[in-house]
Amino acid sequence: MATAQTATHSASANDHHDDHEHHDNFITKYIFSTDHKMIGKQFLVTGIFWAIIGGLLSIIFRLQLGFPDMELFWLKPLLGGWIDEAGKLDPNFYLALVTMHGTIMVFFVLTAGLSGTFSNFLIPLQIGARDMASGFMNMLSYWFFFSSGVIMFISLFIETGPASGGWVVYPPLSALEQAMPGSGLGMTLWLIAMTLFIASSLLGGINYITTVINLRTKGMSFSRLPLTIWAFFLTAVIGLLSFPVLFSAALLLVFDRSFGTSFYLSDIYIGGEALPNTGGSPVLYQHLFWFLGHPEVYIVLLPALGITSEVISVNSRKPIFGYKAMIISMLGITILSFIVWAHHMFVSGMNPFLGSIFMFLTLIIAIPSAVKVFNYLTTLWRGNLIFTPGMLFSIGLVSFFISGGLTGIFLGNSAIDIQLHDTYFVVAHFHLVMGSASFFGLMAGVYHWFPKMFGRMMDARLGYIHFWLTFIGVYMVFFPMHYIGIAGFPRRYYSWTNFEFSNMYTDLNMFVSVAAIITFGAQLIFLFNFFYSMYRGRIASLNPWRSNTLEWTTPLHPAHGNWPGEIPSVYRWPYDYSKPGAPEDFICQTVPLSATPESNLPHEQELVELEKAIIADEEEVLVANESKES
Amino acid sequence: MYVFLIAVGILLLISIIWMVYKIQTLVSVVKGSDKKVASGSNKVNAIMFVLFLVGTGGLMFWYSIKEFDNYTLPLASEHGAATDQLFWITMAVTGVIFIITHILLFWFPYRYQYKEDRKAAFYPDNNKLEVIWTVVPAIVLALLVIGGWKAWSDITRPAPENAHVVELMGYQFAWEIRYPGMDNVLGANDYRLTNASNVSGVDFSDKNAHDDFNTPVVVIPKGEPVLFKIRARDVLHSVFAPHMRLKMDAVPGMPTKFWFVATKTTEEMRAELNDPEFEYEIACTEVCGKGHFTMRRVINVVEPAEYRKWMADQKPYIVNNPALVENLSPELKELAEITISEHK
Repeated sequence: MATAQTATHSASANDHHDDHEHHDNFITKYIFSTDHKMIGKQFLVTGIFWAIIGGLLSIIFRLQLGFPDMELFWLKPLLGGWIDEAGKLDPNFYLALVTMHGTIMVFFVLTAGLSGTFSNFLIPLQIGARDMASGFMNMLSYWFFFSSGVIMFISLFIETGPASGGWVVYPPLSALEQAMPGSGLGMTLWLIAMTLFIASSLLGGINYITTVINLRTKGMSFSRLPLTIWAFFLTAVIGLLSFPVLFSAALLLVFDRSFGTSFYLSDIYIGGEALPNTGGSPVLYQHLFWFLGHPEVYIVLLPALGITSEVISVNSRKPIFGYKAMIISMLGITILSFIVWAHHMFVSGMNPFLGSIFMFLTLIIAIPSAVKVFNYLTTLWRGNLIFTPGMLFSIGLVSFFISGGLTGIFLGNSAIDIQLHDTYFVVAHFHLVMGSASFFGLMAGVYHWFPKMFGRMMDARLGYIHFWLTFIGVYMVFFPMHYIGIAGFPRRYYSWTNFEFSNMYTDLNMFVSVAAIITFGAQLIFLFNFFYSMYRGRIASLNPWRSNTLEWTTPLHPAHGNWPGEIPSVYRWPYDYSKPGAPEDFICQTVPLSATPESNLPHEQELVELEKAIIADEEEVLVANESKES
Repeated sequence: MYVFLIAVGILLLISIIWMVYKIQTLVSVVKGSDKKVASGSNKVNAIMFVLFLVGTGGLMFWYSIKEFDNYTLPLASEHGAATDQLFWITMAVTGVIFIITHILLFWFPYRYQYKEDRKAAFYPDNNKLEVIWTVVPAIVLALLVIGGWKAWSDITRPAPENAHVVELMGYQFAWEIRYPGMDNVLGANDYRLTNASNVSGVDFSDKNAHDDFNTPVVVIPKGEPVLFKIRARDVLHSVFAPHMRLKMDAVPGMPTKFWFVATKTTEEMRAELNDPEFEYEIACTEVCGKGHFTMRRVINVVEPAEYRKWMADQKPYIVNNPALVENLSPELKELAEITISEHK
């Protein structure tokens, strides 16, 4: 690794990585691997596992909401005491389900499963590096995540149930054991798991940032990075700056829970006794939490947008429209994501003047998002579109991003938010823009890079069926929630029949539940396709999507070190698709400008001389290396 | 038996899917379509996008129109008219964008589906376009925000002096309603004084507390400002009065407030909706534990004259339970006894 510290892999860059590869035994190859590709796959498989758990939890509470009269005895073998004598779900466990569904999906699936998988897998491959800056830290990152998952998983099965105060775990509810059973051991385990998760995120994030800055191959300037890498890079920056704040929030909560401090607690009378705590503020926790919580939305969304940019461009056979505008938008989102957090707290009791400020800041962040949508649309315009499953999921993502993004304009407006806050309108909004959009980004990535991960193709037709069932299903689940939300139905309600204003829409809720079950069922098609194709899929060609980026210049099964010989140099940006004059509709990043005089643009033609000098230098180095070796 | 049948059914279904899958794989190998850049499925997918657009678009319009009266809540507050208007203006603006972008998003796949003899346009950027679609959304959003900001400042400005004060205190799992009595000033409270006979922790050594009283229903006058003073004594709660377009968290240790003017009495609303059972309601919208979904209170909006009469009929805490003032100093006790005798 010592030789890989400079961006230019020059004279001494005869890395020995590929020599190590045949020493791998099962444990070092599949378990304690330091190879970024294996770690990426570990994150992916773990993410899929968690997605199944998170999905199943949501199905159980959708049964309660859609079929409130259903007898759930058949769930008793699984849930035991959480199903009472009448066959009803326990309301405390209902809250636990909602909480764990949120925590698992946001952190374990869409943060670790998405960023963890694709940042790890793609960063070295697309920037032309042998591996991550620190393979060991990378391995630690996965194993911290894994331990975090083990603890969270155990918490599902303890007697008092897992954490149940909503995924935001607002104190005092989450701080006081007397308030609900889930705030006991379950909450302790939640905090331990999240602490490990934060450590994992930071280890990963530091690695991604360092790798992107330091290990780019020769010629891979920042202005030639694929948008995927830009997205992963900025995501890592956001994570690095915001996760420590969540850690501090969690730490203070641990102190309040276990050591009698009063950071968040004040004037509380509960369980027949007045607690001694005074002077704390629950709103402080909300500020700290949302200082991560809001950037977190972009932590899950940006990688998905990056993946989509790449997949849409490749399959439109067209350069992404407005490459620079896309980067500026992402930079804008990165910066703005840190100064909009209090729009989650318009009615939390904070000073209304702050509400005004955050409303202005929030609606500014809609502008870069709008720019991205228009750029995606223009990329499709006059393209030559090939609907691979990855492409379908990317178009689906853009649709969700529009639908969910527009409802954000309602919620970011504090006056309108008074009515909509904590209703199903919010649930519809974030499940579309953050949940489903990021999930579709994940799917697009899996379908698109599966051939690079496993050297085989996934079945396209199953992919199409999976896409259409999921795409229609997701809309059938979340679109009706807008109506329910406008009607004022509050979130995290076990049942709505206690109120006259919400004692309706049982039919619509039933419809949503049925749609959710079908959509979940459709994921089984994906699971089959994924695992079957891993072993029995058609062998992939080296560059199945005829793509420009570097990962497709590696062998079918790249060994540890990725390229068998020298790392290729890069001579152009990654989006030379359908360039006028070129014989093919794509020109790989490794093709020098001097080799394509017929398609060079005027300003590129000027660079040819410069490039020739660089290539000549390189040849010298190569010759020198070879003579040294012999 | 059922389980067995279901298992067999699932097994059959899986094996059929499996067979179809194998057959189509073999067929595509024989036809050689897996070697082609874009197979026949490309066209199918392109058409599906258009069908999806038409189908779900139609469904959306049909349902939105059919259910309009169901999902729009009746409105009964002054500021609610402003926020509702903002809501529908935003709906109109975003609705237009939603429809246009989706038509483009789903029509392009059909229009520009892969053709072997065509080459995609090399169109990497256009600064003019980028500027347009940065500036136009910025202006539209600015207009929406300014509207929202005006309404928000209006709603959150201090309550008028003459506002009728009502205290709502959230606890697991109900709302405790306290009125300040004739002086319109709530007595002090201290959570350490809370007990079974003093749910709100009222401090009766404050003489303002002597005429305070509680009721099971929030009664407020129509057309006059009402100030909800909101607090919680255990965990977070949130007061949500959907018909008043009112929501504010109840925070332990940090009193919050929300003032508004109701525009229709309960009777008027009943007549308007032709629903003699109608009630204005308060719900909790901040998750607070097992009974979160049961924290219901009714708001009864009445004519101002009726409100004053009702107010005069109410008996303070200390009248109902003189034991509350037993341990006070002699002077305060004397004051309390005057209040008690007044209400007898």
